[in-house]
Amino acid sequence: MSEEIDAEIRTTHVLDLAAEGKRLDGRGPDEYRKITVEPGFVATADGSALVRIGDTAVVAGIKLEPGKPFPDTPNAGVLTTNAELIPLSSPTFEPGPPQPGAIEVSRVVDRAIRAAETIDLTRLCVAPGEKSWICYVDMHVIDHAGNLIDASLLAALAALAHTTVPAKRFEIAELDYPLDVQHFPIECTFVRLGDAIVVDPTVDEERAAQGRLTVATDEAGRIVAMQKGLVGAFSPDDVKETVRRAFQHGAELREIAKGGGQ
Amino acid sequence: MGNIGAKEIPVLLSPEGLRIDGRRLDELRPLKIQAGALHRADGSAFVEWGANKVLAAVYGPREVHPRHLQQNHKAVIQCRYNMAAFSVDERKRPGLDRRSQEISKVIAEAFESVVFAEEFPRTSIDVYIEVLQANAGTRCAGLVAASVALADAGIPMVDLLPAVAVGKVGGAIALDLKKEEDNFGEADLPMALVPQSGRLVLLQMEGHLTEPELAQALDLGVKGCREIYERMKQALRDRYAVGPMTGASA
Repeated sequence: MSEEIDAEIRTTHVLDLAAEGKRLDGRGPDEYRKITVEPGFVATADGSALVRIGDTAVVAGIKLEPGKPFPDTPNAGVLTTNAELIPLSSPTFEPGPPQPGAIEVSRVVDRAIRAAETIDLTRLCVAPGEKSWICYVDMHVIDHAGNLIDASLLAALAALAHTTVPAKRFEIAELDYPLDVQHFPIECTFVRLGDAIVVDPTVDEERAAQGRLTVATDEAGRIVAMQKGLVGAFSPDDVKETVRRAFQHGAELREIAKGGGQ
Repeated sequence: MGNIGAKEIPVLLSPEGLRIDGRRLDELRPLKIQAGALHRADGSAFVEWGANKVLAAVYGPREVHPRHLQQNHKAVIQCRYNMAAFSVDERKRPGLDRRSQEISKVIAEAFESVVFAEEFPRTSIDVYIEVLQANAGTRCAGLVAASVALADAGIPMVDLLPAVAVGKVGGAIALDLKKEEDNFGEADLPMALVPQSGRLVLLQMEGHLTEPELAQALDLGVKGCREIYERMKQALRDRYAVGPMTGASA
């Protein structure tokens, strides 16, 4: 059977199930797949983590290098976030420059990290206007089974929380020291399947989705970022209800990101 | 967060509740929409919104380029949102940066949610948005222009797509931020509404909002969109309405 026809049948099936309040893998609408966090997965990075949400896997690696602050923010370090949807992780990802999908993941994750003031960028300043740390957050999707945004942010956070600033190596201080992570924003992604709105979509659910909504919340009870994606629509009431659910998941996921393990 | 060394924050809200340009919190900037502004395009529009100047053109339905994007059961909607190098204070490097590519994606998805794409299988509907002068809210101005351009091109749609950004300035929720408010504001929330269904097909947010503030912002945004919707319809009437005496001759 051609992949296109197969996908079409699965889409219909996913929507039929959703109408009965069911999901293909038996989860409830507010149930994440099993999440595991393995900090320190890559020893050559200054901080790293492998995060799995079900069969989805993302490795995040942090690298810190001395550089020059931006002229308009002389007292702050620089944070750069990049997600790579590498061809090894899905038959639909192609080599070459980043596609809009990868750019969207990068930017939505970056928005949450930045708006939540995850890292105090002023503490990455070495000499105002002259020298500051550039903090690179690189996320590699290595297995794409859906919900890349949530997995990528969790990986980035877990990696940042286990990062050592290589101050000694770059002769900026006598000793290396841990990077201070002051806030843990959590992104929760939902998709609409008919009248149902379910959390943590799989690839099949993303393909069947009639709109996707990601909500980032912090521990202070604030919404820090949102992104509606894919074709489809949400009413303002849908949005408010989804935000409420995102706050509930956020508390749980935050502990997983902080602690590592499950 | 400590002082990052950026410029000093101006006073964005007066004690009387007026904004830096004298607007009330629920007031739009002046908005001018011209349907059919270009000659070669199948549909076009020019929008002047506050200090924004944005052009949109629609080509198609036509052959799909690149070919592999072609869909057998519907038209693909391709969108290119681009900012001119001279559209901002410091020259922007020409071409699509990551921000523009993200905006192009969410705008294309918004239109795909309302266009009857099944009527034009194996074709492409190409939407081009060019920001000539930018002053915050360019993606919304681009959406409004492109939506009118799609109508101007005769593309069947569920509805027009009015769009506006709501933000938080000086602690208050405000409609349609201008540049200073956007730069120094506490939150930015662009949205696009399908007036018929009351649903949102574009929604993004960055900053800090509590749940009650979000509810207030969604409310204000939907009201703003409905106001813009009327202007969009008027722009199309201005271009196409036929007066009683100038209609088809008897």
